[in-house]
Amino acid sequence: MATAVEVRDLKAWFGKTEALHGINMSVEAKHATAVIGPSGCGKSTFIRCLNRMHETNPEAKAEGKVEVGGTDIYEMPAVDVRRKVGMVFQKPNPFPSMTIYDNVAAGLKLNGTRSRRTLDEVVEHSLQQAALWDEVKDVLKKKSGASLSGGQQQRLCIARALAVKPEVMLMDEPASALDPISTAKIEDLIFELKQKLTIVIVTHNMQQASRVAEFTGFFLMGNLIEFDKTEKIFTNPSDKRTEDYITGRFG
Amino acid sequence: MPKRQISLHRQMTDYFFTGLAASLSVVVVCTLIAIFAYLVLKGAGSLNWSFLTQTPKPVGEIGGGMANALVGSIMILGIATLFGVPAGIGAGIYLAEYGRNRLGQLVRFTSDVLNGVPSIVIGLVAYGLVVIPQRHFSAFAGGVALAIMMVPTVARTTEEMLLLVPHAVREAAFGLGIPQWRTTISITLATARAGIITGVMLAFARVAGETAPLMFTAFGNQFWSYSAREPIAALPLQIFTYAITPYDDWHRQAWAGALMLVILIVGTTTLVRFVFMRRMLGGAR
Repeated sequence: MATAVEVRDLKAWFGKTEALHGINMSVEAKHATAVIGPSGCGKSTFIRCLNRMHETNPEAKAEGKVEVGGTDIYEMPAVDVRRKVGMVFQKPNPFPSMTIYDNVAAGLKLNGTRSRRTLDEVVEHSLQQAALWDEVKDVLKKKSGASLSGGQQQRLCIARALAVKPEVMLMDEPASALDPISTAKIEDLIFELKQKLTIVIVTHNMQQASRVAEFTGFFLMGNLIEFDKTEKIFTNPSDKRTEDYITGRFG
Repeated sequence: MPKRQISLHRQMTDYFFTGLAASLSVVVVCTLIAIFAYLVLKGAGSLNWSFLTQTPKPVGEIGGGMANALVGSIMILGIATLFGVPAGIGAGIYLAEYGRNRLGQLVRFTSDVLNGVPSIVIGLVAYGLVVIPQRHFSAFAGGVALAIMMVPTVARTTEEMLLLVPHAVREAAFGLGIPQWRTTISITLATARAGIITGVMLAFARVAGETAPLMFTAFGNQFWSYSAREPIAALPLQIFTYAITPYDDWHRQAWAGALMLVILIVGTTTLVRFVFMRRMLGGAR
C-alpha cells in the first residue's frame, strides 16, 4: 500500500496558541481517511495544514513536514500545493457571480487554460464524477451556481475541486449542512472518488466515518490520540479516551 | 381576554410606526417628483432642437442653445470618470483586501475627510495643480477636479461592497490554487459588481451637477470646443451664468439646461445599469 500524504511532527498556531502539538500520520493513497474528534480539537486545522489553507489566516503559522506524493508541500508555492490537494468546505460555497459551467471551469480558466475543448471536456467529466451532470447538463451556462439546492451546490463544489485534477481531496464536514438524502449522495460519491484519489474527511458523524473511511484518526485537544483502521477504532480502540468519545461519554 | 388587550396596544404601535415610515417615504418621493415636475414645467418649453444644436447667442439676441455646454459636460465627466473611477476602485480593493493595517486606516480616514472637503476647495486644488502650471484653463483641469471628488465615494463603496463578499467565496478560490490577485479581479470584484456600479453611479451623479469646482478649472466657453486643453463650457456653469442675468430668454434657457442636466444624469445611470445588470445571471441575485 502506498502512502499519499506523510505528516511528520506537524505543529500549528493561531497567534500564540498552539492548536496542533506535533501530529504524525501516514495517509493511504486511494483510500478514505476520516478525522474525528470533539469541536475545537484541531481536526479542521489539521486538514487545512495539508493544503496550506491554514496560513491564509494572517495570525496562523505551521511547522513540521507534510509530504504529498513524496514532495514537501512547505517547500513549494502554496498555489501549486492547492492544485495538488483540493478542498471541499463545510458550507457549499459556489462562486455566486458565475454560471454552473464557469464554477467548474474556474480553477482551470483562472490558472490560464484557454482551450474551449479542454474546458468543455473537463467540465462534463468533473460534473459526471460528482454525479451532478444529469441534473444540470441543460442549464450549464444559463443558471448560476447559487441557484442550485444545497446538496447540488455541494456536489458542484466537489466537481469544481475535481476539475483541477488533485491527487488528494480534503473534505471539511462536507455533509454537515445537508439533509440525509443529499448526505447519502455525498457518501456514495466518496466511495466512487476513492478509486481514483485519496480522501481525507473531517466528520462529526461517527456513523459516516465508519461508512466511508478505511482509516480513522481520533483528535483530542490538538493531539492525534489514535490512528488505525476504522473497524479497529470503532470496535476495539486501544486508548481509553477514544473509547469514551465513540461511546458518547463526552464530546 | 388579557391577551387581546396586549395585542391591541401592539397593533396600535405597529400601525403608528408603519404609518410614520410610509408617510416619511412619501415626503422623500414627493420632493423628488416635485423637483422633476417643476423642471419639466419650466424647462421643457425651451428644450427644443436649436437648444440642442446651437451655441449661445450674444446678449440681446433671442435663441441659441447649450449644445457646446452639453458636449463640454460629457467631456469633463468622461475625463473625471477615466481618472476617478480606476483610482477609487483601486483604493477600495486595497482597503478591503490588504488594508487591515496602519496605512489602510490612514487611507480610510483621508478618504472620509476628502469626501467632506467643500467642492470649491477641490476646484482650487485643481487650479493650483493643473491650471497654474499649464497657464490656461482647460477641460482637463475640470475633469481632474471632478475626478478628485469621485475618488472617496468610489473607494469607500468599493471597499464596503468587497467586504460584503463572504469569506467562504475567497476561500473557495484559494482552495483551487487561484492566486490572490486573480481571485480579487475575477471572483471578488465580479461578485461585488452590482454594488460597485451603484457606487460609481452615485459618484458620477454627484459630480455631474457640480459648478463650483469648474469655475476656475474648465472656466466655461461661449463657443464650440472639443479640446481637452482649451477652456470648455459645462451645463452647470452655463446654468449659473444664465440664471444670474436679468434676461427672460436666458432664464428660460437656464431652466432647459437644468432639465437637460437631470436627463443626462438619469439617462447615464439607467443606461449603465441596463448594460451591466443585464449580464447578471437570473438566479445570481
